[in-house]
Amino acid sequence: MSGTKGKRVKLSASEQVFMIVNHLIAIFFLIACLYPLWFVLIASFSDPTLVTSGKVFIWPKGFTIEGYKAILEEHNIWVGYKNTILYTVVGTAYNLCLTIPAAYALSVRELPFRRGFNLFFLITLFVGGGMIPTYLLINKLHLVNTFAVMVIPGGVGAWNLILCRNFFSTNIPVELKDATRIDGGSELRFFFQVALPLSKAILAVMLLFFAVGHWNSFRPALLYLRDQEKHPMQLVLRNLLLNTSVTNDYEDAYNMKRMMDMQSLKYGVIIVSSLPVLVMYPFIQKYFVKGVMVGSVKG
Amino acid sequence: MRRYWQLYILLLPAVVSMAVFHYGPMYGIMLAFKDYRPYLGYLGSPWVGFKHFLRFFRSNKFWPVMYNTMFLSAYSMIASFPLPIVLALCLNYIPSVRLKKLVQNITYAPHFVSTVVVVSILNVFFAQSYGLVNNIRESLGLSRELYMGSAAAFRHMYVWSGVWSGVGWSSIIYFSSLSAIDETMHDAAKVDGAGILQRIRYIDLPMLKPTILTLLILRVGDLLSVGFDKVFLLQNDLNLSASETISTYVYSMGIGNQQYGYSIAVGLFESVVNLVMVLTVNHISKKLGETSIW
Repeated sequence: MSGTKGKRVKLSASEQVFMIVNHLIAIFFLIACLYPLWFVLIASFSDPTLVTSGKVFIWPKGFTIEGYKAILEEHNIWVGYKNTILYTVVGTAYNLCLTIPAAYALSVRELPFRRGFNLFFLITLFVGGGMIPTYLLINKLHLVNTFAVMVIPGGVGAWNLILCRNFFSTNIPVELKDATRIDGGSELRFFFQVALPLSKAILAVMLLFFAVGHWNSFRPALLYLRDQEKHPMQLVLRNLLLNTSVTNDYEDAYNMKRMMDMQSLKYGVIIVSSLPVLVMYPFIQKYFVKGVMVGSVKG
Repeated sequence: MRRYWQLYILLLPAVVSMAVFHYGPMYGIMLAFKDYRPYLGYLGSPWVGFKHFLRFFRSNKFWPVMYNTMFLSAYSMIASFPLPIVLALCLNYIPSVRLKKLVQNITYAPHFVSTVVVVSILNVFFAQSYGLVNNIRESLGLSRELYMGSAAAFRHMYVWSGVWSGVGWSSIIYFSSLSAIDETMHDAAKVDGAGILQRIRYIDLPMLKPTILTLLILRVGDLLSVGFDKVFLLQNDLNLSASETISTYVYSMGIGNQQYGYSIAVGLFESVVNLVMVLTVNHISKKLGETSIW
């Protein structure tokens, strides 16, 4: 904002050139980010033969919803969808229950050993056990192939915790706290009745961060889930779209047939699996941005 | 102390979760120095010193894996670091608020697209028989290329899809630093006859410097860690010569071949190098009187 606000000033010739080039750059970024998503969207509504032969570029051609009908018939996709919703709802709730109270406690300046606890969490940003020791631990705890493995191990992360703590430290006025103390209110009451209602913004940000994280998560399912009936959407998607061989994708008749079947639902599946995030996105993106900004305050 | 017991109750679940699932696995790191036999347990398995590390350093996988990891990491850093700064500066000089908001909202969106979907989109665009890119090539009279099974193409696809995912999101922090610059500085510069480019050079960039340096330190510290998910999803037998990185190697040795001690040693080597890198770069930056992340 800073460069351009205020009174209209006449631009010199070279500045006019700059402005034109600048707009072109902005539009380039816009198109480059939008087009891949746009193409998948229009391809999902187009006749697959026209898409495959390269006739679809800007608008859908041979409008059809056959692809979406095919998706409706794919059992795996719906199982995956159901599982993802379940993991997302329960996982997000669990994340919030662990993160928000802890973040609040860490934001209270007088808390004894506060620095120690901060360090305890901060260290985990830089050192960890790694993939295989974690895998062995999860095995030892008998969490493999359970519902819990999608929720419990990722319960709390240092980054979100710090982000949230910073919000509490800057947004909960100390005076309020003193007032409650004088009234004889306990720490817990202050947290639930004063701090939480004042923190709707960060609650929204955290909710969305966690929910998108669960929705898009792929690795825990790959590592820990065996039964197909438990697979989340992302894993189903991967098995459906990416497991087909890359080399001979149109060499023999069977593959050709299989490919055309896949074609008709490939684009649709991408849309369906991203739909909740894409639909919510316009409403939530300002909260996300707020979240990034809270986090950028050095803690 | 007694007054605060309620706060400790709020803190407890998070501490327990962190202790079990983040500190817990660190206990397993000792297996990097042992021959792990499940029936003997962690403690009962015999110590073997640096055997696993030496095996990794001497294996014919060592240099390819190191090279691929560092190449991918350096390439994506070079490609993805400057562009968010360019985007933020660009948007900062767009007078129309509506256009600015539009570009911001659209460029943030790819950040929320899952890795599986990003790789699916890459497949759709680059598939040999039906991909958009090959369709365009054919209409220009060029041959259809097997991008998804090409080592060279793997690197470009990995890096530029990463740029696509991250450019808007990473620009937020720069953009907000630019918005925080005092208006009067720009006004004063204008009065002195400074053009836009001069103001970018002498006001905006210096103001962004601390942010840039902090992010650069963190980024360089990650030189040896290439995220697992996307590489794994893009990987196949045909591009393995470029796509076998430390994290996928750990996965295939550990989960695939169940060579726990060996794969933990490889993973530990990666973490140690990364930690040393962060500390070194941070130290250098501090010495030069610039930003430090602590």
